[in-house]
Amino acid sequence: MNAPLDPGRLEDRGVLRFITAGSVDDGKSTLIGRLLVEAKGVLADQLAAVRRASERRGSGELDLSLLTDGLEAEREQGITIDVAYRYFSSPVRKFIVADAPGHEQYTRNMVTGASTADAAVVLVDATRVGVDGLLPQTRRHSAIAALLGIRHVVVAVNKMDLVGWERAVFERIAGLYDDLAHAVGLKDVRCVPVSALQGDNVTRLGSSSPWYAGPTLLALLEALPADRADAARPLRFPVQLVIRANGAAAEDYRGYAGQLWSGVLRAGQEVRILPSGERARVASIDTLDGALAQAVAGQSVTVRLDRDVDLSRGDWIVDDADEAKLGTALTAELCWLDRSPLDPRRKYLLRQGTRTSLASVLAVEDRLDVSTLSERREAAALNLNDIGRVRIAVQQPVLLDAYARNPATGAFILVDAATNQTAAAGMMRAT
Amino acid sequence: MSIEVAAPRLDHLDWLESESIAILREVAAECASAALLFSGGKDSVVLLRLAQKAFRPARFPFPLLHIDTGHNFPEVIAFRDARAAELGERLLVRSVEDSIARGSVVLPSPEASRNAAQSVTLLEAIEELGLDACIGGARRDEEKARAKERIFSFRDAFGQWDPKAQRPELWNLYNARVHKGEHVRVFPISNWTELDVWQYIAREGLALPSLYYAHRREVVRRRGLLVPVTPLTPPGAGETAEIRSVRFRTVGDISCTCPVESEAADAEAVIAETLVTDITERGATRMDDQTSEASMERRKREGYF
Ligand SMILES: Nc1nc2c(ncn2[C@@H]2O[C@H](COP(=O)(O)OP(=O)(O)O)[C@@H](O)[C@H]2O)c(=O)[nH]1
Repeated sequence: MNAPLDPGRLEDRGVLRFITAGSVDDGKSTLIGRLLVEAKGVLADQLAAVRRASERRGSGELDLSLLTDGLEAEREQGITIDVAYRYFSSPVRKFIVADAPGHEQYTRNMVTGASTADAAVVLVDATRVGVDGLLPQTRRHSAIAALLGIRHVVVAVNKMDLVGWERAVFERIAGLYDDLAHAVGLKDVRCVPVSALQGDNVTRLGSSSPWYAGPTLLALLEALPADRADAARPLRFPVQLVIRANGAAAEDYRGYAGQLWSGVLRAGQEVRILPSGERARVASIDTLDGALAQAVAGQSVTVRLDRDVDLSRGDWIVDDADEAKLGTALTAELCWLDRSPLDPRRKYLLRQGTRTSLASVLAVEDRLDVSTLSERREAAALNLNDIGRVRIAVQQPVLLDAYARNPATGAFILVDAATNQTAAAGMMRAT
Repeated sequence: MSIEVAAPRLDHLDWLESESIAILREVAAECASAALLFSGGKDSVVLLRLAQKAFRPARFPFPLLHIDTGHNFPEVIAFRDARAAELGERLLVRSVEDSIARGSVVLPSPEASRNAAQSVTLLEAIEELGLDACIGGARRDEEKARAKERIFSFRDAFGQWDPKAQRPELWNLYNARVHKGEHVRVFPISNWTELDVWQYIAREGLALPSLYYAHRREVVRRRGLLVPVTPLTPPGAGETAEIRSVRFRTVGDISCTCPVESEAADAEAVIAETLVTDITERGATRMDDQTSEASMERRKREGYF
């Protein structure tokens, strides 16, 4: 049993967000249930409710997958519709799991869950890998993980108990997945043989696979870098809000509040304001608990500058030497999430960083084939769950950061200006 | 060779705190008229601290709002008022009592739980104050339906939540846009667990109503729960009252909030108990949530927090 996380300890590695992906029946719900139960993310009364529900449904065994079915409509139809978020902690880390259903609307759901994930756990059912290789869904899920810039993938080869814990089966699947990862562009891949049902190699090593020395799935997740907000990338500080307080004239306070989306910001640093291009020096980095010498990606702070500049919500603070470019034309990979299809005649609001700008989609260049997500076809429109390349014009300049280089700032959403629906997720391409 | 930056690492509470601050600032920037729901309970105490972190040295850009069932523990109300005064922030109170007087709330019986009736009073307050955003302290770990709710959660012109038509929420790019009459509920501590909340209370040294810590209280045992004996909740026929050392894990409406046995006198001790507890917060303490598998979801659709 894991003792849960104690803050302030040296080994508190913060938060890792991951998404789980698998085809129906690969054992995704069972695996998440196992992680939650063994790490005490689930308590006795929830288990009792699951037991009652299992009995009502006539399934004799405790069905851990019921833990992750949230909504009434889902229980009635025996399906999952929407992404659910789950929480558990190990002694060194807090985990946030985005549990995205594998069938209905999988693109919309998986893109949503993947957008905030540092890592993906991809399930492969060891009994269902035939002569022709991995299931098509495994390819699709992996392609989406790659598209959304997930840098770390853990492949859980599940149901190893049903194939007699045969090492050759595991190694063959690991080899097939390596080829797939290479094809879709996933670089950091690790494979672990597990039985979600019996628990081997999930949070503790099982005795059934003496040929596998570890690490367990949990140990892998504990060790992965949480690098969606990355301190090693260039400084990107989108201003959310100007904070002012009036006191005696000398004490008038004017600070720029925001969260560092990437990079490091230091007191005394020379910075540049975008879009104005003005330069200034960081006078102080304030928090309620006092001023900081430096702030890192992920931190919410209030920045004061040494001089008056033209700076408000929507603008960026970047490093003085940064060659960040702004522009009003961009190309992007777009995932369409709305029931009403992309319509070039409609007005959309493009939200990047803290700026919202009117936008129109000038052209759809192509669309990914939905069955493989690898071939590109010519297309004129995008419908719900389609992914394709588009050209967009915006009224106000956006920061032209390629998503592949900086997912924090290369991301945007489109909101339908008439309905206010979130219509699309966009990832900027290099220009 | 590049120089390795020994950047400070954010521990899990720093991470959660920064995310919540960013969410509160988004509400301030994107919404024309917001309110922060403050009951004096521990989750809303955490929200107040996060708002201080988000907006000081300025005042909060929104008032605090409490929906008072009239069945609150008096010391929680006293704590609520003292805390708002101490912060120098504006506190608005709207009461279920007034909705009853107006006729918009009709209770099945005078002593019935007023928990569900709060939704009506809340929606009336939203309309009266012209709010386009209401900030609440709900967490996704509390309950199944909440696990699927967005951080910026859309409510239609009737104040209703449609779980099947939620806006997708991507990256940290929140969509707070609404038409007139609609609003969003915003949950800045969605990603916190009960344990995170207690760890934060301990780290920040936040004051709470003393009901949250062990005290001796008259209770009866009913359906596996400890029910406090109060003028509103007298012992039933055949029940015997006893004095136990208890603490509350939530401090909602008196008529449906139950304490748990405890010896924990401070936040550290509560954390120690939380680490070994086997029962979720709502399961141990809320009579109203056990009724049906979907009762929270139904209430939420109708406008509940
Ligand atoms: N033998 C065996 N069965 C498993 C394992 N993991 C899951 N299952 C079973 O496979 C079925 C599908 O699992 P479930 O978790 O519902 O799959 P999901 O659709 O991916 O969420 C259930 O009957 C599980 O009990 C495993 O490791 N070994």
